Amino acid sequence: MERHIDLPLTEETAMSLRVGDHVLLSGVLYTLRDAAHERMICQLEEGIPIPFDTKDAVVYYAGPSPAREGQVIGSAGPTTVGRMDKWTPQLIDLGVRGMVGKGKRSPKVIEMISRHHAVYFGAIGGAGALIATHIFKNELVAYEDLGPEAIRKLTVKDFPAIVIIDCEGNDFYELGRKRYLNDERSRLFHAVPEGVH
Amino acid sequence: MREIDVGRVTEAVQRMCISSNLHLPEDVKKALVRFHAAEDWRTAKVILSQLLKNCELAKKEEVPICQDTGMACVFLEVGQEVHLTGGNLYDAVNEGVRRGYIEGYLRKSVEADPIRRGNTEDNTPALITTDIVPGDQIRITVAPKGFGSENMSALKMLKPSAGLEGICDFILETVENAGPNPCPPIIVGAGIGGNFDHVALLAKKALLRPVGTHHPDPFYAALEDDLLERINALGIGPQGLGGRTTALGVNIETMPTHIAGMPCAVNIGCHVTRHETEVL
Repeated sequence: MERHIDLPLTEETAMSLRVGDHVLLSGVLYTLRDAAHERMICQLEEGIPIPFDTKDAVVYYAGPSPAREGQVIGSAGPTTVGRMDKWTPQLIDLGVRGMVGKGKRSPKVIEMISRHHAVYFGAIGGAGALIATHIFKNELVAYEDLGPEAIRKLTVKDFPAIVIIDCEGNDFYELGRKRYLNDERSRLFHAVPEGVH
Repeated sequence: MREIDVGRVTEAVQRMCISSNLHLPEDVKKALVRFHAAEDWRTAKVILSQLLKNCELAKKEEVPICQDTGMACVFLEVGQEVHLTGGNLYDAVNEGVRRGYIEGYLRKSVEADPIRRGNTEDNTPALITTDIVPGDQIRITVAPKGFGSENMSALKMLKPSAGLEGICDFILETVENAGPNPCPPIIVGAGIGGNFDHVALLAKKALLRPVGTHHPDPFYAALEDDLLERINALGIGPQGLGGRTTALGVNIETMPTHIAGMPCAVNIGCHVTRHETEVL
Protein backbone atom coordinates (compact mmCIF):
# COMPACT_ATOMS: atom_id res chain seq x y z
CA MET A 1 0.00 0.00 0.00
CA GLU A 2 1.32 3.47 -0.82
CA ARG A 3 1.73 6.08 1.89
CA HIS A 4 0.90 9.71 1.16
CA ILE A 5 3.72 12.01 2.23
CA ASP A 6 3.52 15.81 2.37
CA LEU A 7 6.59 17.92 1.63
CA PRO A 8 8.66 19.59 3.08
CA LEU A 9 9.67 16.40 4.84
CA THR A 10 9.71 16.64 8.62
CA GLU A 11 12.18 14.71 10.72
CA GLU A 12 9.30 12.83 12.30
CA THR A 13 7.94 11.64 8.95
CA ALA A 14 11.42 10.80 7.69
CA MET A 15 12.03 8.65 10.76
CA SER A 16 8.82 6.73 10.20
CA LEU A 17 9.81 5.60 6.70
CA ARG A 18 11.51 2.27 6.02
CA VAL A 19 13.22 0.77 2.99
CA GLY A 20 10.84 -0.69 0.46
CA ASP A 21 7.96 1.60 1.45
CA HIS A 22 6.02 2.82 -1.58
CA VAL A 23 5.19 6.50 -1.15
CA LEU A 24 3.32 9.24 -3.03
CA LEU A 25 4.98 12.62 -2.51
CA SER A 26 3.00 15.87 -2.61
CA GLY A 27 4.47 19.36 -2.23
CA VAL A 28 7.70 20.94 -3.48
CA LEU A 29 10.76 19.30 -5.01
CA TYR A 30 13.86 21.26 -6.10
CA THR A 31 15.66 19.91 -9.17
CA LEU A 32 19.41 19.69 -8.80
CA ARG A 33 22.13 18.30 -11.07
CA ASP A 34 25.92 18.28 -11.33
CA ALA A 35 26.51 21.83 -12.59
CA ALA A 36 24.07 23.44 -10.14
CA HIS A 37 25.68 21.61 -7.20
CA GLU A 38 29.10 22.75 -8.27
CA ARG A 39 28.06 26.40 -8.59
CA MET A 40 25.94 26.41 -5.44
CA ILE A 41 28.68 24.98 -3.23
CA CYS A 42 31.33 27.29 -4.74
CA GLN A 43 29.10 30.31 -4.11
CA LEU A 44 28.36 29.14 -0.59
CA GLU A 45 32.07 29.22 0.15
CA GLU A 46 32.07 32.85 -1.04
CA GLY A 47 29.21 33.61 1.33
CA ILE A 48 26.34 33.55 -1.20
CA PRO A 49 23.42 31.57 0.28
CA ILE A 50 21.76 28.52 -1.33
CA PRO A 51 19.00 29.81 -3.67
CA PHE A 52 16.20 27.87 -1.93
CA ASP A 53 15.10 27.13 1.63
CA THR A 54 17.00 23.98 2.54
CA LYS A 55 15.25 23.24 5.84
CA ASP A 56 13.47 19.89 5.46
CA ALA A 57 13.67 20.39 1.69
CA VAL A 58 13.53 17.49 -0.74
CA VAL A 59 15.77 17.69 -3.78
CA TYR A 60 15.08 15.87 -7.03
CA TYR A 61 18.10 14.86 -9.08
CA ALA A 62 16.67 15.57 -12.50
CA GLY A 63 17.15 17.60 -15.65
CA PRO A 64 13.77 17.64 -17.40
CA SER A 65 13.32 18.02 -21.14
CA PRO A 66 11.67 21.29 -22.31
CA ALA A 67 7.88 21.68 -22.12
CA ARG A 68 5.82 22.00 -25.29
CA GLU A 69 3.26 24.78 -25.39
CA GLY A 70 0.46 23.97 -22.98
CA GLN A 71 2.55 21.48 -21.00
CA VAL A 72 3.92 22.11 -17.49
CA ILE A 73 7.13 20.21 -18.16
CA GLY A 74 8.61 17.74 -20.62
CA SER A 75 9.91 14.33 -19.65
CA ALA A 76 11.05 14.46 -16.02
CA GLY A 77 12.56 11.25 -14.67
CA PRO A 78 15.45 10.95 -12.20
CA THR A 79 19.15 10.98 -13.05
CA THR A 80 21.92 8.81 -11.56
CA VAL A 81 22.75 10.26 -8.14
CA GLY A 82 26.20 8.85 -7.50
CA ARG A 83 27.68 11.81 -9.37
CA MET A 84 26.27 14.12 -6.72
CA ASP A 85 27.60 12.21 -3.68
CA LYS A 86 30.56 14.57 -3.45
CA TRP A 87 28.30 17.48 -2.44
CA THR A 88 25.51 15.62 -0.60
CA PRO A 89 27.00 15.70 2.94
CA GLN A 90 27.09 19.52 2.79
CA LEU A 91 23.47 19.67 1.62
CA ILE A 92 22.34 17.40 4.44
CA ASP A 93 24.28 19.58 6.88
CA LEU A 94 22.31 22.53 5.54
CA GLY A 95 19.03 20.85 6.41
CA VAL A 96 18.02 18.97 3.25
CA ARG A 97 15.89 16.08 4.51
CA GLY A 98 15.06 14.10 1.40
CA MET A 99 16.52 13.22 -1.97
CA VAL A 100 14.83 11.64 -4.97
CA GLY A 101 16.86 9.99 -7.70
CA LYS A 102 18.08 6.64 -8.94
CA GLY A 103 21.22 4.60 -8.40
CA LYS A 104 23.68 3.70 -5.68
CA ARG A 105 24.96 6.07 -2.98
CA SER A 106 28.37 6.14 -1.33
CA PRO A 107 28.92 4.76 2.20
CA LYS A 108 29.63 8.33 3.35
CA VAL A 109 26.24 9.55 2.07
CA ILE A 110 24.44 6.57 3.61
CA GLU A 111 26.07 7.36 6.95
CA MET A 112 25.01 11.03 6.69
CA ILE A 113 21.44 9.99 5.85
CA SER A 114 21.22 7.84 8.94
CA ARG A 115 23.00 10.33 11.25
CA HIS A 116 20.77 13.24 10.21
CA HIS A 117 17.51 11.28 9.88
CA ALA A 118 17.14 11.93 6.17
CA VAL A 119 15.72 9.70 3.41
CA TYR A 120 16.77 8.75 -0.11
CA PHE A 121 13.85 7.89 -2.39
CA GLY A 122 14.08 6.12 -5.72
CA ALA A 123 11.93 7.23 -8.65
CA ILE A 124 11.64 5.04 -11.73
CA GLY A 125 14.51 5.83 -14.08
CA GLY A 126 13.39 6.11 -17.67
CA ALA A 127 9.75 6.76 -16.81
CA GLY A 128 9.95 10.50 -17.44
CA ALA A 129 6.67 10.82 -19.33
CA LEU A 130 4.75 9.06 -16.56
CA ILE A 131 6.43 11.06 -13.79
CA ALA A 132 5.65 14.34 -15.61
CA THR A 133 1.92 13.69 -15.11
CA HIS A 134 2.48 14.21 -11.35
CA ILE A 135 4.09 17.65 -11.79
CA PHE A 136 1.68 20.58 -11.72
CA LYS A 137 3.92 23.62 -11.45
CA ASN A 138 7.41 24.27 -12.76
CA GLU A 139 9.19 27.49 -11.70
CA LEU A 140 12.75 28.60 -12.32
CA VAL A 141 14.67 29.20 -9.09
CA ALA A 142 18.24 29.92 -10.25
CA TYR A 143 20.97 29.42 -12.85
CA GLU A 144 18.85 29.69 -16.01
CA ASP A 145 22.07 29.76 -18.03
CA LEU A 146 22.67 26.13 -17.09
CA GLY A 147 19.73 25.09 -19.30
CA PRO A 148 18.59 21.59 -18.31
CA GLU A 149 20.76 21.88 -15.18
CA ALA A 150 19.03 25.00 -13.79
CA ILE A 151 17.42 24.73 -10.34
CA ARG A 152 13.65 24.45 -10.64
CA LYS A 153 10.90 24.37 -8.07
CA LEU A 154 8.43 21.65 -8.97
CA THR A 155 5.06 21.34 -7.30
CA VAL A 156 4.09 17.69 -7.35
CA LYS A 157 1.07 15.64 -6.38
CA ASP A 158 1.22 11.92 -5.64
CA PHE A 159 4.69 11.62 -7.14
CA PRO A 160 5.48 7.86 -6.92
CA ALA A 161 8.70 6.80 -5.21
CA ILE A 162 10.18 3.98 -3.15
CA VAL A 163 12.30 4.40 0.00
CA ILE A 164 15.79 3.23 -0.94
CA ILE A 165 17.84 4.39 2.06
CA ASP A 166 16.09 5.01 5.36
CA CYS A 167 17.17 6.84 8.50
CA GLU A 168 18.65 3.63 9.90
CA GLY A 169 20.99 3.42 6.93
CA ASN A 170 19.31 0.38 5.38
CA ASP A 171 19.83 0.14 1.61
CA PHE A 172 16.96 -1.28 -0.45
CA TYR A 173 19.25 -1.98 -3.41
CA GLU A 174 20.89 -4.61 -1.20
CA LEU A 175 17.84 -5.72 0.75
CA GLY A 176 15.38 -5.90 -2.17
CA ARG A 177 17.78 -8.00 -4.18
CA LYS A 178 18.56 -10.25 -1.20
CA ARG A 179 14.88 -10.82 -0.52
CA TYR A 180 14.27 -11.77 -4.14
CA LEU A 181 17.26 -14.14 -4.27
CA ASN A 182 16.30 -15.84 -0.99
CA ASP A 183 12.77 -16.31 -2.25
CA GLU A 184 14.07 -17.65 -5.56
CA ARG A 185 16.35 -20.10 -3.75
CA SER A 186 13.60 -21.40 -1.54
CA ARG A 187 11.33 -21.81 -4.57
CA LEU A 188 14.01 -23.80 -6.39
CA PHE A 189 14.47 -25.96 -3.29
CA HIS A 190 10.77 -26.71 -3.04
CA ALA A 191 10.61 -27.40 -6.76
CA VAL A 192 12.83 -30.50 -6.38
CA PRO A 193 10.63 -33.56 -7.08
CA GLU A 194 9.54 -35.67 -4.12
CA GLY A 195 11.86 -38.46 -3.07
CA VAL A 196 14.98 -36.73 -4.38
CA HIS A 197 16.09 -34.95 -1.22
CA MET B 1 26.57 7.30 -59.85
CA ARG B 2 23.39 8.37 -58.04
CA GLU B 3 23.12 11.92 -56.79
CA ILE B 4 21.66 12.55 -53.36
CA ASP B 5 21.20 16.04 -51.94
CA VAL B 6 22.48 16.28 -48.37
CA GLY B 7 19.33 18.24 -47.51
CA ARG B 8 17.55 14.88 -47.54
CA VAL B 9 20.01 13.63 -44.94
CA THR B 10 19.19 16.63 -42.74
CA GLU B 11 15.46 15.93 -43.01
CA ALA B 12 15.85 12.23 -42.24
CA VAL B 13 18.07 12.88 -39.21
CA GLN B 14 15.69 15.55 -37.90
CA ARG B 15 12.71 13.19 -38.25
CA MET B 16 14.46 10.28 -36.57
CA CYS B 17 15.83 12.35 -33.65
CA ILE B 18 12.27 13.29 -32.74
CA SER B 19 10.56 10.01 -33.54
CA SER B 20 13.11 7.75 -31.79
CA ASN B 21 12.79 9.75 -28.58
CA LEU B 22 9.00 9.43 -28.55
CA HIS B 23 8.58 5.84 -29.75
CA LEU B 24 10.32 2.88 -28.20
CA PRO B 25 11.54 0.49 -30.95
CA GLU B 26 9.22 -2.50 -31.47
CA ASP B 27 11.94 -5.02 -30.53
CA VAL B 28 12.54 -3.43 -27.12
CA LYS B 29 8.83 -3.04 -26.48
CA LYS B 30 8.13 -6.67 -27.35
CA ALA B 31 10.91 -7.77 -25.00
CA LEU B 32 9.47 -5.62 -22.19
CA VAL B 33 6.02 -7.16 -22.71
CA ARG B 34 7.48 -10.66 -22.70
CA PHE B 35 9.57 -10.14 -19.57
CA HIS B 36 6.68 -8.39 -17.81
CA ALA B 37 4.50 -11.45 -18.39
CA ALA B 38 7.19 -13.81 -17.08
CA GLU B 39 8.24 -11.73 -14.04
CA ASP B 40 6.65 -12.90 -10.80
CA TRP B 41 8.47 -10.77 -8.20
CA ARG B 42 5.92 -8.16 -7.15
CA THR B 43 7.99 -4.95 -7.12
CA ALA B 44 9.66 -5.97 -10.37
CA LYS B 45 6.35 -6.61 -12.10
CA VAL B 46 4.93 -3.28 -10.92
CA ILE B 47 7.97 -1.42 -12.27
CA LEU B 48 7.83 -3.20 -15.64
CA SER B 49 4.15 -2.39 -16.02
CA GLN B 50 4.92 1.28 -15.28
CA LEU B 51 7.63 1.29 -17.93
CA LEU B 52 5.13 0.00 -20.48
CA LYS B 53 2.61 2.61 -19.36
CA ASN B 54 5.31 5.27 -19.70
CA CYS B 55 5.92 4.29 -23.33
CA GLU B 56 2.23 4.52 -24.18
CA LEU B 57 2.03 7.92 -22.52
CA ALA B 58 5.14 9.20 -24.31
CA LYS B 59 3.64 8.29 -27.67
CA LYS B 60 0.22 9.75 -26.88
CA GLU B 61 1.36 13.01 -25.26
CA GLU B 62 4.45 13.48 -27.46
CA VAL B 63 6.71 13.65 -24.42
CA PRO B 64 10.12 11.95 -24.64
CA ILE B 65 10.13 8.45 -23.12
CA CYS B 66 13.10 9.56 -20.99
CA GLN B 67 14.27 13.10 -20.23
CA ASP B 68 17.80 12.08 -21.18
CA THR B 69 17.27 12.34 -24.90
CA GLY B 70 20.94 11.54 -25.23
CA MET B 71 23.79 12.38 -27.52
CA ALA B 72 22.75 11.73 -31.10
CA CYS B 73 24.76 8.75 -32.35
CA VAL B 74 24.35 8.74 -36.12
CA PHE B 75 25.51 5.82 -38.25
CA LEU B 76 25.89 6.36 -41.98
CA GLU B 77 26.33 3.54 -44.44
CA VAL B 78 27.13 5.34 -47.65
CA GLY B 79 26.97 3.42 -50.91
CA GLN B 80 30.15 3.89 -52.90
CA GLU B 81 28.11 4.80 -55.96
CA VAL B 82 26.48 7.76 -54.25
CA HIS B 83 27.50 11.29 -55.18
CA LEU B 84 26.53 13.71 -52.43
CA THR B 85 25.51 17.19 -53.53
CA GLY B 86 24.34 20.40 -51.91
CA GLY B 87 26.91 20.69 -49.11
CA ASN B 88 28.99 18.91 -46.52
CA LEU B 89 27.55 15.60 -45.31
CA TYR B 90 28.51 16.00 -41.64
CA ASP B 91 27.19 19.58 -41.55
CA ALA B 92 23.92 18.19 -42.92
CA VAL B 93 23.76 15.57 -40.15
CA ASN B 94 24.43 18.18 -37.47
CA GLU B 95 21.79 20.47 -38.94
CA GLY B 96 19.32 17.58 -38.66
CA VAL B 97 20.25 17.05 -35.03
CA ARG B 98 19.98 20.79 -34.29
CA ARG B 99 16.50 21.03 -35.84
CA GLY B 100 15.30 17.77 -34.35
CA TYR B 101 16.33 18.61 -30.81
CA ILE B 102 14.97 22.16 -30.94
CA GLU B 103 11.72 21.48 -32.79
CA GLY B 104 11.10 18.23 -30.94
CA TYR B 105 11.46 19.78 -27.46
CA LEU B 106 14.25 17.34 -26.69
CA ARG B 107 16.81 18.00 -23.97
CA LYS B 108 20.07 19.62 -25.03
CA SER B 109 22.64 17.50 -23.22
CA VAL B 110 25.91 18.22 -25.03
CA GLU B 111 28.82 20.11 -23.48
CA ALA B 112 31.23 21.91 -25.82
CA ASP B 113 34.32 20.99 -23.80
CA PRO B 114 34.77 17.89 -21.62
CA ILE B 115 36.57 19.71 -18.80
CA ARG B 116 35.58 23.36 -19.10
CA ARG B 117 31.98 22.30 -19.99
CA GLY B 118 29.41 24.75 -21.49
CA ASN B 119 26.18 23.52 -23.11
CA THR B 120 26.09 23.86 -26.93
CA GLU B 121 22.33 24.47 -26.62
CA ASP B 122 21.34 22.52 -29.73
CA ASN B 123 22.64 19.04 -28.85
CA THR B 124 25.32 19.16 -31.56
CA PRO B 125 27.74 17.82 -32.47
CA ALA B 126 26.37 14.41 -33.32
CA LEU B 127 28.62 11.39 -32.85
CA ILE B 128 28.95 10.24 -36.46
CA THR B 129 30.21 6.85 -37.63
CA THR B 130 30.55 6.33 -41.37
CA ASP B 131 30.99 3.13 -43.34
CA ILE B 132 31.45 3.00 -47.09
CA VAL B 133 29.42 0.09 -48.49
CA PRO B 134 28.52 -1.26 -51.95
CA GLY B 135 25.50 0.22 -53.71
CA ASP B 136 23.89 3.58 -54.46
CA GLN B 137 21.92 4.25 -51.27
CA ILE B 138 22.57 5.83 -47.88
CA ARG B 139 21.35 3.97 -44.83
CA ILE B 140 21.03 6.28 -41.81
CA THR B 141 20.54 5.09 -38.26
CA VAL B 142 19.90 7.51 -35.41
CA ALA B 143 20.44 6.12 -31.91
CA PRO B 144 20.16 8.72 -29.14
CA LYS B 145 22.21 7.42 -26.22
CA GLY B 146 21.68 8.46 -22.61
CA PHE B 147 24.57 8.60 -20.20
CA GLY B 148 23.06 6.82 -17.18
CA SER B 149 23.85 3.62 -19.04
CA GLU B 150 26.82 4.92 -21.04
CA ASN B 151 28.65 5.75 -17.78
CA MET B 152 28.39 2.13 -16.62
CA SER B 153 30.03 0.71 -19.76
CA ALA B 154 33.56 -0.73 -19.68
CA LEU B 155 36.41 -1.94 -21.86
CA LYS B 156 39.14 -4.44 -21.02
CA MET B 157 42.18 -5.55 -22.99
CA LEU B 158 41.89 -9.23 -22.07
CA LYS B 159 44.69 -11.61 -23.05
CA PRO B 160 44.06 -14.82 -25.03
CA SER B 161 44.80 -16.98 -21.98
CA ALA B 162 41.74 -15.53 -20.23
CA GLY B 163 39.64 -17.55 -22.69
CA LEU B 164 35.89 -17.71 -22.89
CA GLU B 165 35.68 -17.68 -19.11
CA GLY B 166 37.54 -14.37 -18.97
CA ILE B 167 35.08 -12.83 -21.43
CA CYS B 168 32.04 -14.07 -19.48
CA ASP B 169 33.50 -12.92 -16.16
CA PHE B 170 34.20 -9.43 -17.50
CA ILE B 171 30.70 -9.04 -18.97
CA LEU B 172 29.03 -10.27 -15.76
CA GLU B 173 31.29 -8.10 -13.62
CA THR B 174 30.38 -5.02 -15.68
CA VAL B 175 26.66 -5.72 -15.23
CA GLU B 176 27.17 -6.35 -11.50
CA ASN B 177 29.11 -3.09 -11.04
CA ALA B 178 26.43 -1.20 -12.95
CA GLY B 179 23.73 -2.47 -10.55
CA PRO B 180 20.77 -0.08 -10.44
CA ASN B 181 22.56 2.86 -12.11
CA PRO B 182 21.87 2.24 -15.82
CA CYS B 183 18.09 1.84 -15.31
CA PRO B 184 17.65 -1.93 -15.61
CA PRO B 185 16.26 -3.85 -17.38
CA ILE B 186 19.25 -3.23 -19.60
CA ILE B 187 20.41 -4.38 -23.00
CA VAL B 188 24.00 -5.56 -23.07
CA GLY B 189 26.03 -4.79 -26.17
CA ALA B 190 29.32 -6.65 -26.15
CA GLY B 191 32.16 -6.32 -28.63
CA ILE B 192 34.88 -8.97 -28.74
CA GLY B 193 38.03 -8.77 -30.90
CA GLY B 194 39.59 -6.06 -33.07
CA ASN B 195 41.70 -3.57 -31.14
CA PHE B 196 41.18 -0.85 -28.51
CA ASP B 197 39.06 1.51 -30.62
CA HIS B 198 37.28 -0.98 -32.87
CA VAL B 199 36.06 -3.13 -29.98
CA ALA B 200 34.24 -0.14 -28.46
CA LEU B 201 32.49 0.53 -31.76
CA LEU B 202 31.54 -3.15 -32.03
CA ALA B 203 29.86 -2.95 -28.62
CA LYS B 204 27.97 0.18 -29.67
CA LYS B 205 26.87 -1.45 -32.93
CA ALA B 206 25.73 -4.52 -30.97
CA LEU B 207 23.17 -2.25 -29.27
CA LEU B 208 21.74 -1.28 -32.67
CA ARG B 209 20.83 -4.88 -33.42
CA PRO B 210 17.23 -5.67 -32.48
CA VAL B 211 16.75 -7.44 -29.14
CA GLY B 212 15.93 -11.10 -29.74
CA THR B 213 18.11 -11.45 -32.84
CA HIS B 214 21.29 -13.50 -32.66
CA HIS B 215 24.91 -13.45 -33.83
CA PRO B 216 25.08 -15.40 -37.14
CA ASP B 217 27.71 -17.77 -35.70
CA PRO B 218 25.92 -20.45 -33.58
CA PHE B 219 28.81 -20.39 -31.06
CA TYR B 220 28.20 -16.72 -30.26
CA ALA B 221 24.43 -17.07 -30.54
CA ALA B 222 24.58 -19.72 -27.79
CA LEU B 223 26.88 -17.48 -25.76
CA GLU B 224 24.33 -14.64 -26.00
CA ASP B 225 21.61 -16.91 -24.59
CA ASP B 226 23.89 -18.28 -21.88
CA LEU B 227 24.98 -14.82 -20.74
CA LEU B 228 21.40 -13.54 -20.70
CA GLU B 229 20.44 -16.40 -18.42
CA ARG B 230 23.40 -15.81 -16.11
CA ILE B 231 22.75 -12.05 -15.96
CA ASN B 232 19.11 -12.66 -15.10
CA ALA B 233 20.15 -15.02 -12.31
CA LEU B 234 22.02 -12.15 -10.60
CA GLY B 235 18.75 -10.88 -9.09
CA ILE B 236 19.45 -7.17 -9.72
CA GLY B 237 16.00 -6.78 -11.30
CA PRO B 238 14.15 -3.75 -12.70
CA GLN B 239 15.63 -0.53 -11.26
CA GLY B 240 17.95 -2.70 -9.15
CA LEU B 241 15.29 -3.49 -6.56
CA GLY B 242 15.36 -7.26 -7.06
CA GLY B 243 13.76 -9.55 -9.60
CA ARG B 244 14.47 -11.76 -12.54
CA THR B 245 14.41 -9.09 -15.26
CA THR B 246 17.88 -7.52 -15.17
CA ALA B 247 18.53 -7.67 -18.93
CA LEU B 248 16.21 -7.90 -21.92
CA GLY B 249 18.94 -9.15 -24.21
CA VAL B 250 22.64 -9.69 -24.82
CA ASN B 251 23.94 -8.83 -28.28
CA ILE B 252 27.50 -9.79 -29.21
CA GLU B 253 29.48 -8.53 -32.20
CA THR B 254 32.89 -9.93 -33.06
CA MET B 255 35.85 -9.38 -35.38
CA PRO B 256 39.33 -10.84 -35.90
CA THR B 257 42.02 -9.73 -33.48
CA HIS B 258 45.80 -9.86 -32.85
CA ILE B 259 47.66 -13.03 -31.74
CA ALA B 260 48.43 -11.34 -28.39
CA GLY B 261 45.01 -9.97 -27.57
CA MET B 262 41.31 -10.56 -26.87
CA PRO B 263 39.76 -7.12 -26.30
CA CYS B 264 36.26 -6.96 -24.88
CA ALA B 265 33.98 -3.93 -24.57
CA VAL B 266 30.60 -3.83 -22.86
CA ASN B 267 28.25 -1.02 -23.82
CA ILE B 268 25.23 -0.96 -21.55
CA GLY B 269 21.92 0.23 -22.97
CA CYS B 270 19.02 1.14 -20.69
CA HIS B 271 15.43 -0.03 -21.20
CA VAL B 272 15.04 3.02 -23.47
CA THR B 273 17.58 1.83 -26.04
CA ARG B 274 16.48 3.86 -29.04
CA HIS B 275 17.31 3.39 -32.69
CA GLU B 276 15.63 4.20 -35.96
CA THR B 277 16.76 3.65 -39.53
CA GLU B 278 15.91 5.20 -42.90
CA VAL B 279 17.30 4.39 -46.33
CA LEU B 280 17.71 7.15 -48.93
